[in-house]
Amino acid sequence: MSEPHQADDRPAWGNLLEAYRRLPGVADELYDSEGRVRPVWQPFLRDLAALDADELDHALARGSQYLRDAGVFFRQYAAGDSTERDWPLSHLPMLIEAGEWQNIATALMQRADVLEAAMADFYGPNQLVADGVLPARLLASNPEWLRPMVGVQPRHGHYLHFLAFDIGRGPDGKWWVLGDRTQAPSGAGFALETRMATSRSFSSMTSNANVMRLAGFFRRFRDTLLSMRDGETSRVAILTPGPLNDTYFEHSYIARYLGLMLVQGADLAVRENRLMVRTVSGLQPVSVVWRRLDAEWTDPLELNEGSQLGTPGMVGALRNGSFTMVNALGSGVLEARALMAFMPRMSEVLMGQPLAMPNIATWWCGGTAERDFVKANLERMTIDNAMSTRLPFDHGPNVVIGGRKLDGSPVDPDWIDRNGPLLAGQEVVSLSTAPALVDGKLEARPMSLRVFVARSGGGWVVMPGGFARIGNSAESADISMQRGGAVSDVWVVSDKTGPVDTLLETGGGSAKRTHDMSLPSTAADNLFWLGRYVERTDFKIRLLRALHARLAETGGGDYPLAVTLSDYLASLGMETDDPIFDGILEDMRCALRSAGQVRDRFSTDAWNALVDLTRTTEMFAERVLPGDDASRAFSVLLRKTSGFAGLVHENMYRSTGWRFLGIGRAVERTWGMMNFLRVFTDVEAPDGSLDLAIEVGDSVMTHRRRYAAGTSRDTAVDLLLLDDMNPRSVLNQLIAIDDHASFLPVSVEEVRMTPFQRRVLEMKTVLAAAAPREITPERLDDLSEDAASLTGLLADTYLQ
Amino acid sequence: MLYDITLRIEYAYDGMAAAGRHLLRLTPATIPGQQRVIAANLDVAPAPFERNFSHDFFGNRCVGVSYDEAVEETAFLMQARVDRAPLDPVFDVSPSLDRLTEELETILSVAADSPQHFRGRSPRIPPSSEVAAWARTQTSASPSALDAVRTICTALHAEMAFDPEATAVDTPLEEAFRARHGVCQDFTHIAICALRSVGVPAGYVSGFLRTIPPKGSARLEGADAMHAWVRAWCGMEIGWVEFDPTNNMMAGEDHVTVAVGRDYFDVAPVKGALRTAGSQETSQSVDMVAVSG
Repeated sequence: MSEPHQADDRPAWGNLLEAYRRLPGVADELYDSEGRVRPVWQPFLRDLAALDADELDHALARGSQYLRDAGVFFRQYAAGDSTERDWPLSHLPMLIEAGEWQNIATALMQRADVLEAAMADFYGPNQLVADGVLPARLLASNPEWLRPMVGVQPRHGHYLHFLAFDIGRGPDGKWWVLGDRTQAPSGAGFALETRMATSRSFSSMTSNANVMRLAGFFRRFRDTLLSMRDGETSRVAILTPGPLNDTYFEHSYIARYLGLMLVQGADLAVRENRLMVRTVSGLQPVSVVWRRLDAEWTDPLELNEGSQLGTPGMVGALRNGSFTMVNALGSGVLEARALMAFMPRMSEVLMGQPLAMPNIATWWCGGTAERDFVKANLERMTIDNAMSTRLPFDHGPNVVIGGRKLDGSPVDPDWIDRNGPLLAGQEVVSLSTAPALVDGKLEARPMSLRVFVARSGGGWVVMPGGFARIGNSAESADISMQRGGAVSDVWVVSDKTGPVDTLLETGGGSAKRTHDMSLPSTAADNLFWLGRYVERTDFKIRLLRALHARLAETGGGDYPLAVTLSDYLASLGMETDDPIFDGILEDMRCALRSAGQVRDRFSTDAWNALVDLTRTTEMFAERVLPGDDASRAFSVLLRKTSGFAGLVHENMYRSTGWRFLGIGRAVERTWGMMNFLRVFTDVEAPDGSLDLAIEVGDSVMTHRRRYAAGTSRDTAVDLLLLDDMNPRSVLNQLIAIDDHASFLPVSVEEVRMTPFQRRVLEMKTVLAAAAPREITPERLDDLSEDAASLTGLLADTYLQ
Repeated sequence: MLYDITLRIEYAYDGMAAAGRHLLRLTPATIPGQQRVIAANLDVAPAPFERNFSHDFFGNRCVGVSYDEAVEETAFLMQARVDRAPLDPVFDVSPSLDRLTEELETILSVAADSPQHFRGRSPRIPPSSEVAAWARTQTSASPSALDAVRTICTALHAEMAFDPEATAVDTPLEEAFRARHGVCQDFTHIAICALRSVGVPAGYVSGFLRTIPPKGSARLEGADAMHAWVRAWCGMEIGWVEFDPTNNMMAGEDHVTVAVGRDYFDVAPVKGALRTAGSQETSQSVDMVAVSG
């Protein structure tokens, strides 16, 4: 085994490592304790060094581009404000050899068993307290020990199903557990996206061939969730706090990836102690909930009464055993930092064996002896809130590090005595360093791993990978993502090639299609409004383009048609004095907000098209001038709205959700065109109104072809209202709505037709039978009123 | 003493309130040696779609009701006949505050009656350095835990003004303490906070107070609505004692218990306000009348 030495003497990776400085007394991922490059890294480094500067730039850009295209972001909070931030990818993967990984996995599976047993005791007989293993006061003061859940047995026997562990490598080269994530661990979806991005960067590398795949892990966990249902027809839901949560992207991503329903608390209801989801076909039972919401917010009736994210009665439904919660409510009790002090003993008592991987040394200051020890060893301690669920290097405001408070003053030992039960001391950790790519060279940065563990039929499974947090400077141990750290993919490298694994090849899965009648009502509502807002934007852009084209021709706005058009725009909320893009930007943001609520339900491309439309408009708003310049800008925007419509029409599965989106678009177009025609076909309308109507209706060419004579009220009404072959005519919209509605669920009482369908059919019939001259202004008024009633009827029928 | 108790709570909503769900803790408890419920009845109007009964962690009786349609108002009417025993004289054999802490370390239990639940922060009672400093001063000379309870409750009664207009159900206790005014809920929360800060486990009792005092006694404060007082754990020997800081007395024959918990959060009589866009109005009335004979 002299190869490493040779490699160091004549490195096959050129000068890649010349800036790589290891820190004294700290373990390193690239180099082993003997100062040799670990074998697992060698092929990768060789491949990396073989790339020239351009190739490397392109490789990194491919990874970043993937994340942008996929719309991966997370939300960052700063000073009461929240912004979406790009996922902070550290492009270089973190490599671990499969044998070492197996040891990590085995140790963490054991820890998962200890936690499960502890959970069963905390919410069951409390033998650990009775036997003096765990101080009663520590459990009683844990805010995540949820008293309403005491004595409630989980339906399938297990409290924990999906866990994450943060681990780091200590100076002695051994792995340590830094934190247990048992409440609603996030990051598994991000791990998957990070893998996709990193694969894009380094797909051509031979060293990539033996990296273990992630899909099998997700497939097995999905099978676990599905197996806990009450039957084939009952549902699994992922419960999210909603789009304002920092990891909402991940919730919608996972829902889409696993094909599960994404719901918010308000989508759920409890009836006769059973959990139901409000769908477009009424209340439907839900038997498994994978929550991405901290327990206290799930039920305002028995838990945090201020919660608007939960479902009243959820705890009662659990007590009644009517559904499975993943993880059980109250599992956050295991995350408290002070509990780590008791984990070694709990493992001995509960499992009869020591922890296979130690956790970071911890002392709860509620015990006199422990408190004295902490006070006597202040220089090597971090002292922080005993109930903190943060990682050891993520400090609270009252943290004491090495005997000093954040302001640098020494801590008063009396303060520790007085607040003992509220405090826990932890040994200061120095994490190992791992390579990060900085200006084409590798640099050493502190690193910790997040590892995911899920329950499957045969026991625990560990995701062969996960992600590594990488610090942003060599000195700082602060690698929290919220403060500028980065995230890299974890490659578990085996010496044999693994089979390519994707979620699609489920082997033996039935191709039976299920009817998509369980669309949650709020999702349907959001899709409907998304359709409306995009169409409204499109229509307003057409009006604005017509106005500015005329301004450009005439140089001023005082002739009658321009006045009428300006007044009409004002009636839609766009005053002439306002900046010209304000009115449409407002609608675009409404569209984005609706879209943001249903990101699990339509494609990334369509989402990106919407974001692009808004960004472009924002850019135009800063520099485009009225008149010709604006007219051309609006043409650009129209191509973008058509692009969105095209993506939706060409690429979206004809689900119930797609139908609501389509109904929204057609309802808006009906309503918009009807109102518009009332003004611009009026006998009082100024000269040029009818031509403008034809132009806004995008029908100039057709009109020219179909009607030899010039524009008259009859030809305009015929083409824009009555012509079922014109895709922008009102009749065409009603036909589309009618068609969509025929695919929507119908309740028993309304076997033949819902009130919504009836109104659509009535309008359709009137238009289909009418001659242009029969459409009097009064008739238009009536139809316009009917159009306005459609939204309310739809909501009454499907969105309750 | 035998009492007939009537409690009426009404909510009127400005406009229809969407379908909702309530958790009610309104019915007196039977507590061996202290009080016995002879009959109790709880009417809910309009009639709920579902109704069920359960016990919470602390053993309180809870009635859950839910509506599947919007309502304009809801009314709860609780009537009970309760036999309340007179208070046994309490002899102070409680330990010193230091000794109390040592005794607590030997209690290896988190069952509902364990004092361990009542030592630290609870949902409505965060630690307060102001209250703690005040409590330390009051109890610096207290020879025993029971004395500390009496001293704190008596001092609070002397310093605080009873003022139903001054605070609302969600006024933070530190604010009420600073202004030295409030209602029974404020008195009770402040007393609990003070007791916990000096190491005495303390909890919250909700219940009723005799409306018309016996001849020759003054009318007690807080009898017009549901009342609240403190329970404190004073060592293995005497266990829990109940003290009413609003009226500066041990809770006794004039007090009937409904629920116990760490603070108001655990015992709130009506949980789960209905969802409504407009405002709502609440009214509450209580009658607790001694039955002669």
